[in-house]
Amino acid sequence: MTTSEQKQKKPGSFSIFIEEIRKNSLTVTILAIVSGLLVGGLIAAVTSENVYAAFGESFLAGIGAIFTVFWNTYKALFTGSVGVPADIIAAISSGSWDAINRSLAPFFESLVQATPYIFAGLAVALGFRVGLFNIGAEGQIFVGALATVWVATSLKGWPALVHVPLALLAGAAAGGIWGMVPGWLKAKTGAHEVINTIMMNYIAFRLSEYLLNGVLGDPNKATPISAPIEKSAWLPRIFPDPNRFHCGFFVALLMAFLVYLLLFKTTWGYELRTVGHNPNAARYAGMNITRSIVITMMLSGALAGLAGANEVLGVNHNLGVAFSSGYGFDSIALALLGNSHPLGVVLAALLFGFLRNGAIQMQLSAGIPIDIISVLQALILAFIAAPAIIRTIYRLKEPKPELESPAVETKKGK
Amino acid sequence: MAQTSQISRKQTDYISPARRTTMGVVFLVMALTIWLGFVISTTSEALTTFVLYPGGSDVIVADLVFASRPILNILAFLCAGLGAYQLAKGFGKWTNTILGVVAGLFIAAFLVWGSSGTSLNLAGLLKVAVVRAVPLTLGAFSGIFCERSGVFNIAIEGMMLTAAFCAALFGSLVNIWFGLFTAVLSGILLAYVLAVLSIKYKVNQIISGTVINIFATGITSFLSAKFLQRHSELNDSGRFTTWNIPGLSDIPFFGPVLFSHNMFIYAMFIFTAVLTVLFFYTRWGLRTRAVGEHPKAADTLGINVNRTRYISVLIGGAMAGFAGAYFVLGSVGRFDEVMTAGRGFVGLAAMIFGNWNPIGSLGAGMLFGFADSLASKLAILKVPIPNKFLEMAPYLVTMIVLAGVVGRGQPPAAGGQPYEKE
Repeated sequence: MTTSEQKQKKPGSFSIFIEEIRKNSLTVTILAIVSGLLVGGLIAAVTSENVYAAFGESFLAGIGAIFTVFWNTYKALFTGSVGVPADIIAAISSGSWDAINRSLAPFFESLVQATPYIFAGLAVALGFRVGLFNIGAEGQIFVGALATVWVATSLKGWPALVHVPLALLAGAAAGGIWGMVPGWLKAKTGAHEVINTIMMNYIAFRLSEYLLNGVLGDPNKATPISAPIEKSAWLPRIFPDPNRFHCGFFVALLMAFLVYLLLFKTTWGYELRTVGHNPNAARYAGMNITRSIVITMMLSGALAGLAGANEVLGVNHNLGVAFSSGYGFDSIALALLGNSHPLGVVLAALLFGFLRNGAIQMQLSAGIPIDIISVLQALILAFIAAPAIIRTIYRLKEPKPELESPAVETKKGK
Repeated sequence: MAQTSQISRKQTDYISPARRTTMGVVFLVMALTIWLGFVISTTSEALTTFVLYPGGSDVIVADLVFASRPILNILAFLCAGLGAYQLAKGFGKWTNTILGVVAGLFIAAFLVWGSSGTSLNLAGLLKVAVVRAVPLTLGAFSGIFCERSGVFNIAIEGMMLTAAFCAALFGSLVNIWFGLFTAVLSGILLAYVLAVLSIKYKVNQIISGTVINIFATGITSFLSAKFLQRHSELNDSGRFTTWNIPGLSDIPFFGPVLFSHNMFIYAMFIFTAVLTVLFFYTRWGLRTRAVGEHPKAADTLGINVNRTRYISVLIGGAMAGFAGAYFVLGSVGRFDEVMTAGRGFVGLAAMIFGNWNPIGSLGAGMLFGFADSLASKLAILKVPIPNKFLEMAPYLVTMIVLAGVVGRGQPPAAGGQPYEKE
């Protein structure tokens, strides 16, 4: 990968992205998503009583029922994540801002759901680029949220212009420390970062249970939940209720851009990628591997911490023990889906955000439990990670060897 | 058989002077903590009472009552003495063993201090520790099978969760034995997915494991919300009953703690022995370990590397399935969403702490189980330590061991790398 980039003197951001896409083979990516969705629909159909009842009548009715389930499932998924097209058109033609806001609320809610995915996905992707597996995003999200909630509840009467950045920074710092520890242990002692980040996850969970039952908890509540944060620490919302779209989305995009600049536009980013691609070459070239690993894990943790901060400041405005529903683990999937490129991560995060938001609607209207989304994500991840499966199913040609394999796949965990 | 034992893993006998001193200081610090932390805050007439039979047991033993302070002093002296000897001469290759002894003394002192002026059901504490150790130890065994052959398995959690679901569903539909069978089968199936992804498609093994974990969480929660929660008769599998081993269960203290359980607990002990023999005293074990350490050498000697890995991973999956069945059939008799709650990862930790060794993993599982059991009793003991901190102990200990502070673990050298024949 690095050689082809060196040949191009000044590759534009987009051309790099296209290059990356072509390497991971865009077709495979799209087919992986489509296949994941198909299998997900199949699972919904297989577990539907209606289908079996219809098969009891006749074979054709059964097939029809399967299609009905597919249609209902994905219609609910679409309207839940984007909105009802007829409503949107009606609202726009009526010209009422309130109606437009309401009809587009599902779309913006999907962006809200995508925001923590962008942060967490960037965290994992950054690690991947340097050959590091940050499985600990989930724990870093938790400690980030804890630090943020502490700053956001304990500082009173501060102007929002100071309070919000300070609270975000606290989340990033806490996540950064949480990520730095496994990085430091890896660099200094060779302890595998996968195990250590997993262990740090559970330490973070126990810590959050302890703090939310104790000093950070709301004494007026029986459940372990923090007090509501100060209004001055809210990430400003852009549209009136019920639209929850907030500035965190733009912070996430900014972070994606910064990660892109860091990785692809600075000498230092080149160094990091070299360490990820070939540690031995990096060492011979005099690059400081220890520093690269520690700082990458720290930045990765900081990004994950921002995901937690974002959820607290932008969406929940408080912190409960079960606030993150597996963003940290899903982000491994979406970092791979996005080929560890910031732009790819943003797109993958949007996909996951839309899926997740749509699934909430799906649960309400089609009666399909939201957990189907995890199944979908696992399938997509499997197909992306093993492109050969997709190629076998769809009888695609094998690409030339050098065009295959994103950076991570060739990295062997040691 | 004879030659296999010769090729045991090399042990690091050499203890560097710096490490010798560090260990000595650690022992002395523990002694000091007992004096400054425990002895000073205990009144001279306080009595500690240990109850030596768990609640509901027929084997009644008189309570053990003693004055707290003298015992604490003795324990502290022992720690200090060991520390002094370590500093002066050093225990050499026994250092780690002595560290274990000192840690044991320290835990004993902690219990004596915590229950001074009140009573602690020591037998109950240990009995619960043994029970809690089961999923951790069996999970660790699953990890041993996979990792000894060179395949990382971070999917133990997902396999256990799926197995627990199958155990509950099919246990309710047919009977508990069929539930157990399907649980093991589901573990094998997921292990097959792990094996195909990791070995055939050469997907990074951490990613294959993550796939299985996400999938398992999703599919079990999905099916549980769809069926088990609506039809409670599908989620009522029953449990394996407690079976008192004749004779042994009547031994005072040890009987109720060790020999009055359901079959999962006995299986844990039996598997420990079986795995030890299998891995270290049979040709199969030697081959599997060779594949995990140096696949190229193994291949040169005519061992089919990938087939060995497939078999090992599938057995590991069966083991994880068995561990998952425990959650339902050996414990609560029903399935709850995400009921494994990270035990698979603690199992992974137990495997590392046990140095990829069955007996070591059993010990680690017991220790972590004890920490878990003690954490739930801390509220009764009224010691000023939050129980959440004690629950962190297994994770912290694993990180310390991985970092090589207390004797470095020796993971199989080829772990995580797909094998490509040249």
